[in-house]
Amino acid sequence: MGRYVIRRLLQMIPVFIGTTLLIFIMVYALGDPVSALFGDRAPDPATAAQIRHDLHLDEPLWKQYLLYMAGIFTGNFGTAFNGQPVTELMRTAFPITVRLTIVAILIEAVFGVLLGVVSGLRRRGWVDTAVLVLTLVVVSVPTFVTGYLLQLLLGVRWGVAPATVSAEAPFNELIVPGLVLAAVSLAYVTRLTRTTVAENARADYVRTAVAKGLPRHRVVGRHLLRNSLIPVVTFLGTDIGALMGGALVTERIFNIHGVGYQLYQGILRQNSPTVVGFVTILVIIFLIANLLVDLLYAVLDPRIRYA
Amino acid sequence: MTTTTEKSVNPQAGKAGTPLLEVRDLHVEFRTRDGVAKAVNGVNYSVSAGETLAVLGESGSGKSVTAQAIMGILDSPPGFVTQGQINFQGRDLLKLSEKERRRIRGAKMAMIFQDALSSLNPVLTVGYQLGEMFRVHQGMSRKDAKAKAIELMDRVRIPAARERVNDYPHQFSGGMRQRIMIAMALALEPDLIIADEPTTALDVTVQAQVMDLLAELQREYHMGLILITHDLGVVADVADKIAVMYAGRIVETAPVHELYKQPAHPYTRGLLDSIPRLDQKGQELYAIKGLPPNLLRIPSGCAFNPRCPMAQDVCRTDIPVLHPVTDSRGSACHFWKETLDG
Ligand SMILES: Nc1ncnc2c1ncn2[C@@H]1O[C@H](COP(=O)(O)OP(=O)(O)OP(=O)(O)O)[C@@H](O)[C@H]1O
Ligand SMILES: [Mg+2]
Repeated sequence: MGRYVIRRLLQMIPVFIGTTLLIFIMVYALGDPVSALFGDRAPDPATAAQIRHDLHLDEPLWKQYLLYMAGIFTGNFGTAFNGQPVTELMRTAFPITVRLTIVAILIEAVFGVLLGVVSGLRRRGWVDTAVLVLTLVVVSVPTFVTGYLLQLLLGVRWGVAPATVSAEAPFNELIVPGLVLAAVSLAYVTRLTRTTVAENARADYVRTAVAKGLPRHRVVGRHLLRNSLIPVVTFLGTDIGALMGGALVTERIFNIHGVGYQLYQGILRQNSPTVVGFVTILVIIFLIANLLVDLLYAVLDPRIRYA
Repeated sequence: MTTTTEKSVNPQAGKAGTPLLEVRDLHVEFRTRDGVAKAVNGVNYSVSAGETLAVLGESGSGKSVTAQAIMGILDSPPGFVTQGQINFQGRDLLKLSEKERRRIRGAKMAMIFQDALSSLNPVLTVGYQLGEMFRVHQGMSRKDAKAKAIELMDRVRIPAARERVNDYPHQFSGGMRQRIMIAMALALEPDLIIADEPTTALDVTVQAQVMDLLAELQREYHMGLILITHDLGVVADVADKIAVMYAGRIVETAPVHELYKQPAHPYTRGLLDSIPRLDQKGQELYAIKGLPPNLLRIPSGCAFNPRCPMAQDVCRTDIPVLHPVTDSRGSACHFWKETLDG
């Protein structure tokens, strides 16, 4: 197991370099950040050249990348468009997005599994049919539509939840945004659970559990669910990374100043230190979440052994 | 086509008292999208304490479905018991509530399945799965249940039971896994065990060991045993009597040695002729021609008639009843006398 973890950590290095390099090139292709800095006005050539020099923009791309990586390892992610260090933005943005992600994951896990189990056990029942239609709707409607709709209904019309989130973004204000963020994954978790539950319900070991004279709640809870939830837990784990990076639309709708918001601002203003820095952190989170999921998988399924 | 009222042969001739289990005129059907599959069409058989009944028959003849109906683990829907009685220790199981049946299941009657690897839960330790019997049925503590599990594993001769109690099913060999299945069935010392092809999934070398163990434990606990099998060799060694099934019916039932010596149904004869025998080495093996019937459209009259070498007109119109051949055996063939003599 220890050797497996080390091997996986080593494998992360090329993935990390590859993804950061890719994002670096893409941001570079966005255009000249210095002219963007000046907006519509034409910049004074001398000042522009000075700024370019300070930001190493006059160096070749590979050298810029190396300089950037060297900076990261000393904790220097560069300066954002508003003059703040990027690390400062991260310190405020990440805790907010982490809270939002926690809310979303909890919603997915609780409601997704619950609905999935009920519809998986009673296939073609009315709950199952309703859930199937609902998940189909949720998956096919874009997030910004569900987002604005819920904001309008819950926040503005009925006033049961805040329409926008305050700067501190406490948990209770994040429930509706969390639901919006979770919606598509929630539908997926529901369907995944439904499929694995229905599949496992026909398995021989479930028949054995019934033949042992176990009460139904035990057959379902201890035998059926314990097996069915393995792929679901795995999905939830990988979804953590995806949700954190994918909160862009949700954060815009509810005016949450999290990772998605900062990324959006960074792209808008062609500020490469912000974009590359945030994406770098997201890549790291994603890689670690994946590793943890794989390790968790071995814990949940004793047939899996890593060596 | 005439309808049948099957008068069953007195199943317990020569034995005192009522049998442990008596299945009477059992009908089971599966209501599927393609139609209604009549899997069991009036099965009668019985087992007494200490007795072994072997159930024979081709694939799809309804052996397992009958067993599932007895255990109350029929896949329902689509499976439904539509008619009949299952008398067990003086009660008709089909009249009991689900809760009452659950108390009997595992405690008074237990089942051993064919494939132990898929029949054991892959993510729970064998100790947990064995101990669960005591915890659920007897309210035993986790610790005591584990001690019991080790005891059981010793009982079925699994080496180093104490060390292996926390292992998972995939860590055992096929033979050891089937021993665990046997241990689980035996846990609460039930009165009846149904073993559905318990050795089919095993290597030939361990088949005999597992079968011997099962037979030995049955004798020791004086249980009734229903042994579903394809292996006519095993049957001769351990069974007291045989029930041969075809298309969801018992076509012949007899004490084991009488049936081997002199079958009273052409289907049984076909089955016996299709086993390789040492004294007829070199001869071509006989095979019953044709295929088992489609259960959605069972032939009228005797279901076996399209494949039967002796079939006459009456076989295509009338369903044969189980004629008493002697006190203890019966044959559902219009020409049982001719079969017996031929
Ligand atoms: N879950 C089910 N759904 C639909 N039909 C079923 C189901 N289980 C059994 N059947 C039907 O019942 C018939 C008899 O099945 P059964 O399992 O009793 O056969 P068997 O005699 O045990 O055969 P084998 O020797 O292959 O185990 C099958 O051919 C099938 O048509
Ligand atoms: Mg079977």
